[in-house]
Amino acid sequence: MAELFRRYGTTLTLAMAAATFVWVVMMVVLPYFVMVEYSFHRNLTVSELGGPKDVYTLENYASLFRGTDLSAFEFSDDFRVFMRTIWGSAAVTLVCLLVCYPVAYYLAKIAPPERAAFLLVLLVIPFWINEILRTFAWFILLAYNGPLNVLLKAVGIIDAPVRWLSGSGGVIIGMTYAFLLFMMFPLYNAIETLDRNQVEAARDLGASTWKVHWRVVIPHAKPGVAVGCIMVFVLAASSYIVPYLLGSPGTRWFTQTIYEWFFEASDWPRGSAYAFILLGLCVAFIMVMMKLFKVGLTDIAK
Amino acid sequence: MRLTGSELLLRVYLGVFFVYLFAPLVIMSAATFNTSRFPTVAPWMGATLQWFQALWADEQMWRALANSVVAGLAVIVVSVPIGVAAAMLLDGLSKRAKSFLYAVMVSPLLTPGVIIGISTLIFWERLGVKGGLHLAVIGQSSFIIAYVMLMVLARLQRFDRSLEEAALDLGATHLQAFRRVLLPHLMPAIFSSAVLAFFQSFENYNTTLFTRGTDVTLTIFLASKVRTGLTPAVNALGLVLIAFTIVGAIAYEVLRRREAARAAAARRAAEQAESLGEPALQGA
Amino acid sequence: MGESVELDRLTMRFGAFTAVDSVSLTIEAGEFFSFLGPSGCGKTTILRCISGFTEPSEGRVLIGGRDMRGIGPNKRPTALIFQNLALFPLMSVAENIAFGLEVRGASREERRRRAEQLLDLIALPDSADKRIAELSGGQKQRVAIARALAVEPQVMLLDEPLSALDLKLRQHMRAELRAIQKRTGVTFIYITHDQGEAFTMSDRVAVMSKGRIEQIGVPADIYDRPQSEFVATFVGENNRFEGPLVDKSDGLGVVETSAGRYAGKLANDRLNVGETVALYVRPERLALGAGADNALAARVTHADFEGAFANVFLKGGDGRPIILHLANDGRLPDLAEGSELTVGFAAHQAIIVPRGERARD
Repeated sequence: MAELFRRYGTTLTLAMAAATFVWVVMMVVLPYFVMVEYSFHRNLTVSELGGPKDVYTLENYASLFRGTDLSAFEFSDDFRVFMRTIWGSAAVTLVCLLVCYPVAYYLAKIAPPERAAFLLVLLVIPFWINEILRTFAWFILLAYNGPLNVLLKAVGIIDAPVRWLSGSGGVIIGMTYAFLLFMMFPLYNAIETLDRNQVEAARDLGASTWKVHWRVVIPHAKPGVAVGCIMVFVLAASSYIVPYLLGSPGTRWFTQTIYEWFFEASDWPRGSAYAFILLGLCVAFIMVMMKLFKVGLTDIAK
Repeated sequence: MRLTGSELLLRVYLGVFFVYLFAPLVIMSAATFNTSRFPTVAPWMGATLQWFQALWADEQMWRALANSVVAGLAVIVVSVPIGVAAAMLLDGLSKRAKSFLYAVMVSPLLTPGVIIGISTLIFWERLGVKGGLHLAVIGQSSFIIAYVMLMVLARLQRFDRSLEEAALDLGATHLQAFRRVLLPHLMPAIFSSAVLAFFQSFENYNTTLFTRGTDVTLTIFLASKVRTGLTPAVNALGLVLIAFTIVGAIAYEVLRRREAARAAAARRAAEQAESLGEPALQGA
Repeated sequence: MGESVELDRLTMRFGAFTAVDSVSLTIEAGEFFSFLGPSGCGKTTILRCISGFTEPSEGRVLIGGRDMRGIGPNKRPTALIFQNLALFPLMSVAENIAFGLEVRGASREERRRRAEQLLDLIALPDSADKRIAELSGGQKQRVAIARALAVEPQVMLLDEPLSALDLKLRQHMRAELRAIQKRTGVTFIYITHDQGEAFTMSDRVAVMSKGRIEQIGVPADIYDRPQSEFVATFVGENNRFEGPLVDKSDGLGVVETSAGRYAGKLANDRLNVGETVALYVRPERLALGAGADNALAARVTHADFEGAFANVFLKGGDGRPIILHLANDGRLPDLAEGSELTVGFAAHQAIIVPRGERARD
């Protein structure tokens, strides 16, 4: 701190410290803290505040599981949505990984440098376009009377239009498209650093294409896989717009549940508790991936 | 060139992949020009520009756009000074304090946007501030500042500290040294982080959704239009936004290259001066 | 006109490490004073204490008799020329030079006039509107000097400013710096690890090692009468002999070395008979043939003929290496490997110093 004063003088140092305080304390730390604190309150009317019911409680967290009976295979609505969000996000992550891997490998190791550079620019363009618009494009494409059904019918693959937007399929397709590039670039960066000779040596020793990828390329690209999976999973689990546009009432996402508790049921404590659960889910996923793939926080920051 | 089976397969896959990447955007854009009431390309009911007119005439759209622009500018005003201050503070701290503060500062970048929105909403509600555009600005800023901080910090690490000392040594006050020496050095990073801040704010949805109160930004307008009252006017808006995005990206790239060319010219001039040798000092 | 600078038991510690250890000395007003020493000897720390970037752990800095404690670098009558020059890359040459005037609130015209005046002084008259990146190394050097002179400092501090230049330019700039100092009368304090720089420019030189002053004196004194083994070995080349002091009288002493008994000047009177001491004699002070006082036989191991002189590497009777610089007077002896030579030196050509740490080379 003394070093700061000497370097910037009193006025500047105090101004910097004040600005940083406003941000870190007033905009980051305290809001988190207040949200968590709020989640342990009951949703009370103004007259009940300070009364006997105004105590800390775990009710809001418990309510996620209320009505859930695992043995009878019965789940509460909210819990069902929560589970759907987890497996849906996991599915999106897996699909993104599968779709991106061949492209990332091609760009990093097969394509000649100029072509790779050109294709990378092509990849970035849709990335700059707003997530809502990217999702909206699929909304049109997947519409009951939309181009995809028309095309498939014309080619003769289907006889009657498919209702793409009624199940979770539309949501997963839309999210895959929306978050693809968050998988592509970490993967590309990781594979790029692989020495081409290693691939050739493995091939020379008689390894099949599958074996080369499974034993040489993928182990090398592990940090990229981990970072890509973390990015896509967190983005998918916390996405609101994609399920909002491409989902139907039967395919709600946990973010939508949170929104409803806030603005339709006006139950902010419960909404806060659910938001904290979502945050916990994301943090847990990040920790598991970091442990599984043995990568550190610094790798993710890159 | 003979292609093996797996190479052929890979090429076909790549072709399909890039079609997959661009087809939705092309179809969405094309639907703008279709006369159909519902945005689609099939059936094609004749080309029209009527949806641009409809968009032009939509007052709600203009209000939402104005809100987004105001919010974006406000986010610049809030984020850039705080981001610069935080970067400078971080740069001057000892290693231990630095790594802890750094972790806290970048945490909003890993936090889901809805949660940032919710925590902002609750915190300010406690202080008696209701949701609205101003709260959206605060919520967005809480993570956009982190972007600004990272960009400025990267530039700050390439700053030669002796320049600052030279200014002080020549009699400048700390404020003068900051304004005349450090700030001009940071300017490129400040400029690009301001552009990024505006862009991030302009396209933000998740955080805005919870903090906006009853105010409507362009992304909120867009999303609600898709759900209710969808017409190809929405596509027209999308097309305009895409056009602006691409033009902006190209302009950014051109500026960057021009700056690089200018730096190269200065380097050449210095080499020339070097080869001309030194004149003698008069009267020495 | 310059001001005097006094260091009063100046001490600087960084944690457990003492960078400057109780240094006291006075630099006269208008003097060209150099601190000479290897890197890490504390000379840069002293400069930063004088300029005000660092507050000493103990002791004081006085400029013109005024205690500088608590006075920031921007309030001191000093100007520092940084090792990397620290020219502002985003300002033009003229803006750089006039920066000190700008922050003092001088008018635009005044700044321009003064910048052009100084550009004339440093012989760069048409460079006012150039960018710093367009200048060559030597031109940057001059601009840095002009920028420092513009604020009319009483004390100019220079932190190895010539180290980035090539040899020829460096020699040229030495003369220019000395000329500028003479003309302006400003006190110059110069930091360097290069003895040639220190000797050619300075009125006095302080040799430093490990945070302490080893010796202060005019350049010839430092070279001819080193007071310690460190100074004898750090400054110039030297031949070393070691052994007990067996006799002393009239400022001369005799050392019993493994090669024989040699006489030399005593560095100081405090050396006692019986004490183990070191005797140094410079390579150019050795002459062919048995000298007046001391002689030693040696065999040539190798010789570099340079034209005007020759560097001869010898091995003494006890196996020690000896270096000899011979001026080429047209009568050079046979320097083939293995030739036998006898060299000698007068007692007043050698110096006897107490045993101590030597400079690493």
